Amino acid sequence: MRLRRSAVGWSFALPFAALFAVFLVGPVLASLAMSFTDIRSADVRSPLAVTFLGFDNYVRLFQDEQFVKAAGNTLVVVLLGLPLTVVLGMAAALGLNSGLVRFRAIFRVGYYLPVVTSIVAISVVWRFLLQPDTGLLNSVLGLVGIEGPNWLANTSTALPAVIMMIVWRGIGFQMVIFLAGLQAIPGELYEAARIDGASRWAQFWHVTVPSLRPTLLFVTVIGSIGLLQVFEEPFVMTRGGPLGSTTTVAYSVYSQFSFGNYGYASAMSYVLFLAVVLLSILWFRLLRSDEVG
Amino acid sequence: MKRRRDRNAAIVLHTVLIAGLAIMIAPFVWMVLSSFKGEGEVRRTPPTWLPADPTLANYRELFERLDFPLYFTNSVIVAVLVTVGNLLICSATGYALAKLRFLGRRALFVLVLGNLMVPPMATFVPQFVLVSNLGLVNTFAGLVLPNLALAVNVFLMRQFILSIPDDLLESARVDGAGEWRIYWRIVLPLTGPALATVGILTFLGSWNNFLWPLVVATTEDKYTLPVALALYSVGQNQTQYGLLLAGSVTIILPILVIFAVLQRHFVRGIATTGLK
Repeated sequence: MRLRRSAVGWSFALPFAALFAVFLVGPVLASLAMSFTDIRSADVRSPLAVTFLGFDNYVRLFQDEQFVKAAGNTLVVVLLGLPLTVVLGMAAALGLNSGLVRFRAIFRVGYYLPVVTSIVAISVVWRFLLQPDTGLLNSVLGLVGIEGPNWLANTSTALPAVIMMIVWRGIGFQMVIFLAGLQAIPGELYEAARIDGASRWAQFWHVTVPSLRPTLLFVTVIGSIGLLQVFEEPFVMTRGGPLGSTTTVAYSVYSQFSFGNYGYASAMSYVLFLAVVLLSILWFRLLRSDEVG
Repeated sequence: MKRRRDRNAAIVLHTVLIAGLAIMIAPFVWMVLSSFKGEGEVRRTPPTWLPADPTLANYRELFERLDFPLYFTNSVIVAVLVTVGNLLICSATGYALAKLRFLGRRALFVLVLGNLMVPPMATFVPQFVLVSNLGLVNTFAGLVLPNLALAVNVFLMRQFILSIPDDLLESARVDGAGEWRIYWRIVLPLTGPALATVGILTFLGSWNNFLWPLVVATTEDKYTLPVALALYSVGQNQTQYGLLLAGSVTIILPILVIFAVLQRHFVRGIATTGLK
């Protein structure tokens, strides 16, 4: 009887489990194995004939100036991009949820529009918006008397310019999550606070923010996982340049892959994977201890 | 007094929100308008909004000289196959995980959850090795198979199906209906909105997907739209602004139309993944 039940269950789950095992679980494990070898594109047909290197690829990573620079750039993307998208997304959600705004649907749709568009396509558009003379951004800045730089050709402005586009594209996603979070807060909480004479500001700090804690956890985890993997934007806008100033870890993984260095690329991607896992654990810890304390 | 303060707050709020809206929309407006400009005008200093001399030349070049109709078809084929596959496979698996007891169920669910953390960047290299050993590089099978059953969709379907009352399924069982019949006749019709959400998000993900088709499609006849546009934009056509902008419109416009019509489902999908 139990066996029969299991058979029925697996008749539903088997197609997924098979594809999942072959195309995901297998590769995740193979990637780990590959990261300890010198496998190159030429070895693909005979992956067992490669040399075992131990941790050599990982040691090499930390001596590879280009990779260290890419890791630093990725850190900047997360540290600048995350707070900006979270704060702006939350501000937009609070504004739309305040009960003072008319035509909310128009704002919601408009702010969300960039989220659904292809990163490649919109990066092409932004590359032109950021041109020094013919670009829209500098011509708008010119109206208020600021002479904009050649954003993407300058080592000091290229990364901020790429982050600017990432933030522009990410606000709508955060806003929608925050709106859902805000709408889940029971109205009685605000009523009780009002009866206690709490000001709007006090209500925000003592009702809204604590109630949004799970939402905040979700957007920071999802947001940082996304930002750690930024790839298409530098691919299209700058090809990682100028002088590696917009090369991210994900972009380095792809470059090493395209040079045929599969073992080294795998080691890089495992570092990225580890960073994603660690960051997720860290966020959970932080928000939970915050709750206790 | 309070009302006046509210009105002032409302005015400030609307001003800020409208400014934000303008920033969000302006790149799209400029993209569409500029795709109708001749090459000289796209590069004019200062930049213009309305095309002085509207032309279809960019689109004509895209669709007649370059192979964009083919890339468009490829994108549609891949997105439709991936979407249909995910709807069938992930709803069945979601049903099993939500409502059936079987050996290994917990383990499977833990794997599904764990996978939500695995970035595509960490898997594409060994996936490519696998696909090339299967002889599927530069084929539709190679483009589609790794994305045919995504863990995130299994998770979504399971969450939706959990909310179907057990009594309903139990009474069907008492009437002698088999599990496949229950799944097909009761569960699927009740998960219509969930299927719509999963279908739309999957189609969108596939349409916009870049890394995997970039790696697998090695000759132009298998390029999807984002691959073609990205490679043109960094290759020989990189200085043809008007042409590239028309290419961006070709990728973005179909999605914007779908989004405008179905935006409720988009938002619900995001909200569900966010809250459950």
